[in-house]
Amino acid sequence: MDFLTPQEWQAVRLSFVVATRSVLVSLPFAVLVAWLLARGRFVGRSWLDAFVHLPLVLPPVVTGWLLLLLFGVRGPLGALLQDWFGVRLVFTANGAALATAVMSFPLLVRAIRLSLESIDTGLEQAARTLGARPLDRFFSITLPLMAPGILAGTVTAFAAGLGEFGAVITFASNVQGETQTLPLAIYSATQTPGGEATAAKLSLISFVLAVAALLFADRLSRRVQRWIGRTT
Amino acid sequence: MSFSVSLQHRYAGFTLDASFDVPAQGVTVLFGPSGSGKSTILACIAGLLSAQAGRIALGGEVLFDRARNIDVAAEARRAAVVFQDARLFPHMTVRNNLLYGFRRSEGDAHDFATVTDMLGVAHLLDRRPATLSGGERQRVALGRALLARPHLLLMDEPLAALDAPRKQEILPFLERVRDTARVPIVYVTHALDEVDRLADTLVLLEQGKVLAAGSLHELSARTDLPLLSDRRDAGVVLSCTVDSSDAGQTRLQFDGGMLIVPPWSGVRPRVRIRARDVAIATEQPVGLSIRNVLPARVTAIAPHDDHECFVNLQLGGTFLLARVSRSAVVELGLAPGRDVWALIKSVALS
Repeated sequence: MDFLTPQEWQAVRLSFVVATRSVLVSLPFAVLVAWLLARGRFVGRSWLDAFVHLPLVLPPVVTGWLLLLLFGVRGPLGALLQDWFGVRLVFTANGAALATAVMSFPLLVRAIRLSLESIDTGLEQAARTLGARPLDRFFSITLPLMAPGILAGTVTAFAAGLGEFGAVITFASNVQGETQTLPLAIYSATQTPGGEATAAKLSLISFVLAVAALLFADRLSRRVQRWIGRTT
Repeated sequence: MSFSVSLQHRYAGFTLDASFDVPAQGVTVLFGPSGSGKSTILACIAGLLSAQAGRIALGGEVLFDRARNIDVAAEARRAAVVFQDARLFPHMTVRNNLLYGFRRSEGDAHDFATVTDMLGVAHLLDRRPATLSGGERQRVALGRALLARPHLLLMDEPLAALDAPRKQEILPFLERVRDTARVPIVYVTHALDEVDRLADTLVLLEQGKVLAAGSLHELSARTDLPLLSDRRDAGVVLSCTVDSSDAGQTRLQFDGGMLIVPPWSGVRPRVRIRARDVAIATEQPVGLSIRNVLPARVTAIAPHDDHECFVNLQLGGTFLLARVSRSAVVELGLAPGRDVWALIKSVALS
């Protein structure tokens, strides 16, 4: 396809890779945090709630910089990862995925938490009286009924992840082929003389992807609602 | 074997302090107005709520004992609940709903096919709960609880959410469950017709306290219990066995005599004899159209209103209530200990 140059394709592909990794990594944590926020009764619940939502309101540059402090080569966690696993996050696709994951985490948690709160706890009680232990209950009743929220949240977080800019460029920098995702490529194009065509093409792609993702999320959630037997 | 419950629990504006000891078989109905604590008691028995103090034991098995720090988890109590709102799992087919508890329990099973046939849900197995009617949902919920091989079957107003025709549709199924389940059933309701049809033992509750507990027959003959005597057609419920049956009539045996009723084809008939359908004669009457004339003894007389009294009668081990005018009591010289004849004008069978 000649519509895009190889470098432009690379940016599109990289965006997909980064967004996919970020969602896969954050999903289990998001389910856990959503469960804690919806069902947990513990001191500091509202603090956890605020903390999770922080990336939504903080300037993304600040989030990226905080990540750099923590996960940078000399940061406490970064050094640990480097020493124990030989993993370096800054300037890598995995680093971009981490920054994206942190940024889209609130979206994921929010969607999952909403679906969890809409589950009638009476169903879990019924499962209890029928002999289901806690983990059994979670996997046989709670998790399937949360599926609409999990899927909708995943698609939304994925779509948002395709376009994460501030935190990625701050933490993972703008390395072509490694961390230069769609928005970073667009930014670079606008900084380059004669890059308008590239910027326009990539922007169009971003637009199409975003709309497609939103429509897909909506259809998927209806589908799943029907699958779990809720008429909408 | 007995089922004994003693619970003390206090929360905002409500104090529960209830104890009862009932046979661990048949249907025990917890009856009372809303706010009397009956559903709270059921939740405690199920293990969904831990009372602040008390003890629950089924035979020798202690399910809860605050003093000894025993509180068996709900999932280990084998006390299946049929909730008012059915609570079927929406993401599962009817079949998987029915099998949910079945797969999580061991022991001698009710056969799956027997239960689905008995409850008339065999044709619904591949459907989702959302597509079922209210009555069908409740039948599936009954089957799901039965198939969980419970040691105790708990029902929390299972008919309250249904309209009158639906209720009539489910009641026969409940009677079948009562007659086939080999486990004690605790049934919460505030509807007297369900008490009449289902209860073996009755626990009357009011404002968190037990007003009376005993067999339905015994309590239905007591005029001092406002919950029962306030109803317009007070009467006594008897459990009978069929003695003989022919084309014209059925003879029912009860502890204290025999009743002749219209042809009847049920298994465990229970009859309700309303106080206003019982008349009293001091001598054996002759030339009457009334078929059921039985010797009885007056045990007590209690005023009902300005004009009428309830006369308690005893026939063998059975009690009857008769509603007669005060002037008749005086003219006939009715008094405790007097031998009389009870004339039963009609009986309601179920």
